[in-house]
Amino acid sequence: MAETLLSVSGLQVHFPIRAGLLRRRVGMVRAVDGVDLDVARGETLALVGESGCGKTTTGKAILRLVDPTAGSIRFGGEEIARRGQRELAPFRRRMQIIFQDPYSSLNPRMTVGAILSAPFEIHRIGDAGQRRARVAELLEMVGLPQEAARRYPHEFSGGQRQRIGIARALALRPELVVGDEPVSALDVSIQAQIVNLMRHLQVELGLAYVMISHNLAVVSHVADRVAVMYLGRIVETAPREALFFGARHPYTQALLAAVPEPVPGRRRTRHVARGDVPSPARPPSGCHFHPRCPLATDACAREAPVPREIAPGHRVACHLVQP
Amino acid sequence: MTAAATSARMDAGPAQQVPLLSVRGLELHVPSSPQALRLIDGVSFDLDRGETLGLVGESGSGKTLTALSIMRLLEPPLSGLVRGQVALDGVEVMALPEGEMSALRGRVLSMVFQEPMTSLNPVMTVGRQIAEPAMRHLGLGAAAAASRAQELLRLVGIPDPARVAASHPHLLSGGMRQRAMIATAIACRPALLIADEPTTALDVTVQAQILELLGDLQRELGSAILLITHDLAVIAENAHRVAVMYAGRIIEEAPVDALFAGARHPYARGLLASIPRIERARPDALPEIPGVVPAPGERPAGCAFAPRCARAASRCHAEAPPLVQTAPRHRLACWEPFDG
Repeated sequence: MAETLLSVSGLQVHFPIRAGLLRRRVGMVRAVDGVDLDVARGETLALVGESGCGKTTTGKAILRLVDPTAGSIRFGGEEIARRGQRELAPFRRRMQIIFQDPYSSLNPRMTVGAILSAPFEIHRIGDAGQRRARVAELLEMVGLPQEAARRYPHEFSGGQRQRIGIARALALRPELVVGDEPVSALDVSIQAQIVNLMRHLQVELGLAYVMISHNLAVVSHVADRVAVMYLGRIVETAPREALFFGARHPYTQALLAAVPEPVPGRRRTRHVARGDVPSPARPPSGCHFHPRCPLATDACAREAPVPREIAPGHRVACHLVQP
Repeated sequence: MTAAATSARMDAGPAQQVPLLSVRGLELHVPSSPQALRLIDGVSFDLDRGETLGLVGESGSGKTLTALSIMRLLEPPLSGLVRGQVALDGVEVMALPEGEMSALRGRVLSMVFQEPMTSLNPVMTVGRQIAEPAMRHLGLGAAAAASRAQELLRLVGIPDPARVAASHPHLLSGGMRQRAMIATAIACRPALLIADEPTTALDVTVQAQILELLGDLQRELGSAILLITHDLAVIAENAHRVAVMYAGRIIEEAPVDALFAGARHPYARGLLASIPRIERARPDALPEIPGVVPAPGERPAGCAFAPRCARAASRCHAEAPPLVQTAPRHRLACWEPFDG
């Protein structure tokens, strides 16, 4: 097992719900409600789940783009959960993010060259010539032509813009990249290009990825390990193969059963989870999944299950799963 | 529809009845310099009662514009640029006065959109919105229409129809809103339902429920469904036939089994190969289609896919291949296809 790069334990992120003229606090959303996860150097951990499960907030908290309410985030062995912005500066260049919609995260008034050299200016790295050379290197790395540096984001297609977003994230040679639905907005033929590029860059640069996605088929092509979230909590964590072919949590099983397969006539009678995902502002008692779970018992409504290891690296939070 | 029913209809021969929907030579060309934007570039297809045709393609392929043209929901100036024929049950609708078309919309044909918030009225209760077409088209009184609305909400799988009927759309979850929009769309038991990415904005567990619901409704009402999506897995599980669009044209059309087992157009084949699948042994890389879809104003002469195509020959760059029948129920537009 490679060295642990990131270690998160007991992470909580709560947001106040405000209402009325005076914006009084009327409640709390526990967007992230006690998350534990580890990421080794060079590996990909996928964080999957449906809308409102807290996967994006978890990713942002890891990068300290939102403040954690409680818990520990250790990066390269150092605690960063409670550092101030100035003390975080040396860590910023070691961890980066790729967004779902690169267009909204690329300044439309800057050329691609200026966008890609901005990280060097912010961190005062190199002179003008060195920056230009590094930009050229980045463009080549992500498969864009050199003249792209003189053009503007709107001149590129969605897939090319995502390449620009990746190049910018890699500019400062980070060790960890959080990808927040990096291929979800792309057409399927382009999606394959970006998935392949990200895997290639990972091997080349020894990157660790936290891949946030709702698309399980894509995740099965990029992840080494998978953590499944539901309403702020991780319900199951397992190595890729154990998760996709031996899932134990009823929610993971429902999620996998719902993935449509590109095979005509394969449509099964599904154990489709009933109803919708409840609002994270009013999560159900006990196990958050119990109102939709076909197997739920009284205990599930009363008490939140604690994650337990049922096989090496395979942890499940479910009262009904025995090791 | 079952395979037996399909073949029984095929045996009866094409002269048996007119298709429910027949589209011929549909075009939407926007004048521009240096070349017109050919947003829809000669689309023709038929759709039968009780049948689901999947219209699949990547962004910019023209699939949504095709749907909006059939519904005659495009706004000026685009609406004035649509050419071609659209016949519903043998009746040409492109030239109908707007008043007559509007009487058909909601009653004979209706549409489900990707984002329900844009098509539901935010200031009207859900029940009212479902009741309204029933009052307008079926002549129901207010009370009868209100109870019909609740019945429809129950039919689309909403557990507490009375509460939902009294709610405004923004109070509902995404899945509930999508169900409410489907209830509105089927309120008058339309013969044709056009569903444009009906589940793309939804979570995967809710998507499975909505697609199952559409299938159930089709069996019950006998409606024809035009299912527009970029997701080939959704097509595989929910359509009988599939038409693949690229750059404003249909490039291949076949029954789903035939297409998934042996697509002949290099683009259709590449698209199928690039879908990520959950497999025990994963490949080192996903098969990709190189390059990007050309913008509508930058289409090459000849086949629009030729610049990205490994099989392209000189003819492909010079002359656009027509969509021709290559086998019963299989149409193809390619000069250099894979073997069938």
